Amino acid sequence: MPITCGFEYHRPATLAEALSLLAKYKGRAQLLAGGTDLIVWLKEGATTPEAVIDVKAIPELWHIDLKDGVLRIGSRVTFAELIESELVKKHFPILWEASRTVASCGVRNRATLAGNICSAVPCLDSAPALLVYDACVRVRGASEERDIPIAEWFTGPKRTARLWDEIVVCVELPLPAGPTAGCYVKLGRYQGEDLAQVGLAALAAEGGDWKLAFCAVGPIPRRAGRVEALLRGKKLSPRLLAEAQALVPKEISPISDIRSSREYRLHMAAVMLGRGLQAAAARLSGKGPAYGAKLI
Amino acid sequence: MKKTTIRIQLNGQPRTVEVEANDILLDVLREKLGVKSPKMGCDRGDCGTCTVFLNGRTVRGCLVLAIEADGGEIVTLEGISHNGPTGLQKAFVEHSSFQCGFCAPGMVLAATELLQNNPKPDRAEIQEALAGNLCRCTGYTPIIEAIEDIVRKG
Repeated sequence: MPITCGFEYHRPATLAEALSLLAKYKGRAQLLAGGTDLIVWLKEGATTPEAVIDVKAIPELWHIDLKDGVLRIGSRVTFAELIESELVKKHFPILWEASRTVASCGVRNRATLAGNICSAVPCLDSAPALLVYDACVRVRGASEERDIPIAEWFTGPKRTARLWDEIVVCVELPLPAGPTAGCYVKLGRYQGEDLAQVGLAALAAEGGDWKLAFCAVGPIPRRAGRVEALLRGKKLSPRLLAEAQALVPKEISPISDIRSSREYRLHMAAVMLGRGLQAAAARLSGKGPAYGAKLI
Repeated sequence: MKKTTIRIQLNGQPRTVEVEANDILLDVLREKLGVKSPKMGCDRGDCGTCTVFLNGRTVRGCLVLAIEADGGEIVTLEGISHNGPTGLQKAFVEHSSFQCGFCAPGMVLAATELLQNNPKPDRAEIQEALAGNLCRCTGYTPIIEAIEDIVRKG
């Protein structure tokens, strides 16, 4: 299917140039990184911009750096590069584990983490990991740079807190204070390539300190605060797991769609919570399956 | 609409071609540059029949604007078998891996990339590397077995 809408293509070499282009088109431009969502939307006519601004030639956006206790992942970094990064695997293994489940190799070679959160579809695999790690999104506008906590980033399906004149510079992940472990559990209809029917990230720290987040079971990905509060300071037991699972319907509001029914998602989210908590606890104690192992 | 001349290395040869901003790389390769191995299947990045190497990594030709490839290097199936079929391609033939062959160019490139990055993949790694390349004839088994065979033989 050809793209029927005509647009100007720009490939700025600096952030300043990209920002002035955004200002010039006043919200009628689309930023292009990997393009694995944008090109589909252009073909479908879901977006008809006057200009497409390709950010891939801006060197400032290329890097993964760890400095002053914060890992910064530039907005041009692809999922393939992220998976290859020892820094990501060592310090943020849940993000690494989740990234490996995004689409397919050929798509991960092109698609970016920043593009994933800018597309902001409800089933995006990267969001639960970013939520449990308390990530921030650094955006630059014409006059200022600001950090948007990931919990405030998603404002609705395909909606984010980014303003039309802003560019995502990087995603920032603060190093956890002490030892942590966790997991990303993804349910798809089959292994490989499918979008999530339910996604769950669990981060465990010493002393029963849990962070949990779901995707694909509500309009936006979000933390499961009630379950976190229930678990706080307690040792996992079959009884506590059952209590946690009973809270799941209060935390999520899935819909029925082509990939599964609301009821199936509700059921599986509870099953996945049980397995995710156990896998994360096992990994924290140094046992548990290796990161990347199949958990469901 | 405005035409732009882009310059690419295509299968080792410098090529120039005039494109519009909204032209898709797959269409330009097939219709303007005469490269027919990448195919259009789903046209939305799910099936992998349009796979080509762009700057050393496989991408979905249907999800790249031709103009994005300006200055880049593209290798298609035609470009990996200059000197006859590769060992991998021969293994596919020995195992009768394909029936209709529509998915074959994408499968060969995806498997080529896998073996470049990981010369000794296990079965799960092979399956993951090919998960984005759909085949509606074979059930995948002879494709995976051919790759396992070439891995075993080193």
